[in-house]
Amino acid sequence: MRSSGRATAAAQTFVFSQIAETVKAQNYEFDSLVLSISLPAQLCVREHSCWLHVKKEVREKGLALDKDDVIQVKEAFKWIMQSLVAKELGGGVAVVSKSVFTRMAVVKALEKISDDKFLKQYPCPPARPASSCVPQDVQCLHVSVFIAGRYNKFCRSLPQTPWLIDGERRMESSVEELIAAPVLTAFRADGFNFSSSGREDVDVRTLGNGRPFAMELQNPHKSRLSKLQMKELQETINKSSDKIRVRDLQIVTREAMGRMKEGEEEKTKSYTALVWTLKPIQKEDISFIDDIKDLTLDQKTPLRVLHRRALAVRQRVIHTMNARYVDAHHFYLALKTQAGTYIKEFVHGDFGRTKPNLCELLKTDTDILELDVESVDVDWPPAIPE
Amino acid sequence: MDCETQKDAELEAPSIIDRYYTRWYRTDLKGQLCEDHCILQHSNRLCVVTLAETHPVLQNGRTIKSIDYQISNGCSRLNNKVSGKSKRGGQFLTDFAPLCRITCSDESKYTIYSCIRGRLLEVNENILERPNLLLEKPSTEGYIAVILPKFEESKSVTENLLSRKEFEIVVSKRDQPQSS
Repeated sequence: MRSSGRATAAAQTFVFSQIAETVKAQNYEFDSLVLSISLPAQLCVREHSCWLHVKKEVREKGLALDKDDVIQVKEAFKWIMQSLVAKELGGGVAVVSKSVFTRMAVVKALEKISDDKFLKQYPCPPARPASSCVPQDVQCLHVSVFIAGRYNKFCRSLPQTPWLIDGERRMESSVEELIAAPVLTAFRADGFNFSSSGREDVDVRTLGNGRPFAMELQNPHKSRLSKLQMKELQETINKSSDKIRVRDLQIVTREAMGRMKEGEEEKTKSYTALVWTLKPIQKEDISFIDDIKDLTLDQKTPLRVLHRRALAVRQRVIHTMNARYVDAHHFYLALKTQAGTYIKEFVHGDFGRTKPNLCELLKTDTDILELDVESVDVDWPPAIPE
Repeated sequence: MDCETQKDAELEAPSIIDRYYTRWYRTDLKGQLCEDHCILQHSNRLCVVTLAETHPVLQNGRTIKSIDYQISNGCSRLNNKVSGKSKRGGQFLTDFAPLCRITCSDESKYTIYSCIRGRLLEVNENILERPNLLLEKPSTEGYIAVILPKFEESKSVTENLLSRKEFEIVVSKRDQPQSS
């Protein structure tokens, strides 16, 4: 295979500079890079033709050669380009290779076609291309960065995730959007995935140390923030809205996300509910509540979520309770419960589908007027002193 | 004195039903005078079938002798089993599918009907153990069944039902003497 040295060198420089310039223009921070290339399927056909030619020549010389002994164009390109690009941009080279382009159909066809048939359709060796190849597009993607923290929610009309029905927004903003906005800006990321250790309803506040959450930041252009910068980012979030507050904001690993979901099933949570009673009550009527320990409930899937959850009975434990009298028809009920307990349904009974319930215990109709989460007892992420 | 404060308390806070459900009514089921049903439709489209306050079972101090969910030789609503999020296996009901038969102590018998189309999710087994629940709390703990209408039919499923206002008009007409 003859090649013109000068033409090849020029084409090489052109491709290399296009790649390097694109990465620089997108202003990424990174430690190492991987160069992947996506070649047109048609190249397989040219390679196959070359291979047949090489095979013929080698056989004539009495040598044995396997297809694997011949270096693929893709690999050769990467070997040359990768180190050039890495050197120019100042990063090391990571070892992984990722195939972006599926050429299965072409490859399979070439496997099935006999050499004679192929040679009838395609010149061997392949004809010399008239022009050099040109990269169609250079795309960059940074691995995700993960951050975690705890959030408080002080508003009774804020959903955790955007509330959309048929594409229409039903309620303004959401916890995740309020947290994500400054974070995306600081990390110059394209998008995010938000998850948390459980959720609260729109009308429920989250007080105390707050609820653990984690965010995957996609394609961050900036990936390293110092502890001071993270503190400043936390301040920015807290100043941006009085509806939420964030603490213990930190960068974590992907594995750490698993720790948070652990907490969802196993740990305990504490709440305060404002209870209304139909029958007028006095202080003495509710004092017995403080003595109830480890009350096991059988909770059928609440009617309010039954449209999207399976019908089942869940056993959940209320570990302790404390009642604080307000007036003849109101009292505050503090509860410490197993994770996954439906508090609202324990208070109003959900048509008798949660048993036992507060109506039965107090022998009157009761309803829940307000609910606050006082603590989510998960010891992750690690606390960061103020 | 207690009764008054109780009434005030009731007016003060809207009940769970008022906050999350819309009341719909079907009157004189199958031509039987006053056999009125009340369907509580949740904002998530689930429907709870209950007796309306005008239903004969709740009048004249009647007590309940038995409630039977076996509506035919081959079908008992107690055998209804749903599984998974999509509630597979639930018996599909049409408007006049019977849910149960109530026999009162004075031997009067009443059939309670679905009133809407949809998949049966559950029937209330608590009223089998304590039939009095049906008399004391017909709108809540004494409910009959929970039905999930098809997603596409969530709005249309109540087209043949009366709103609370329309129901009140029908009831008030009953108290007036019939004009021929």
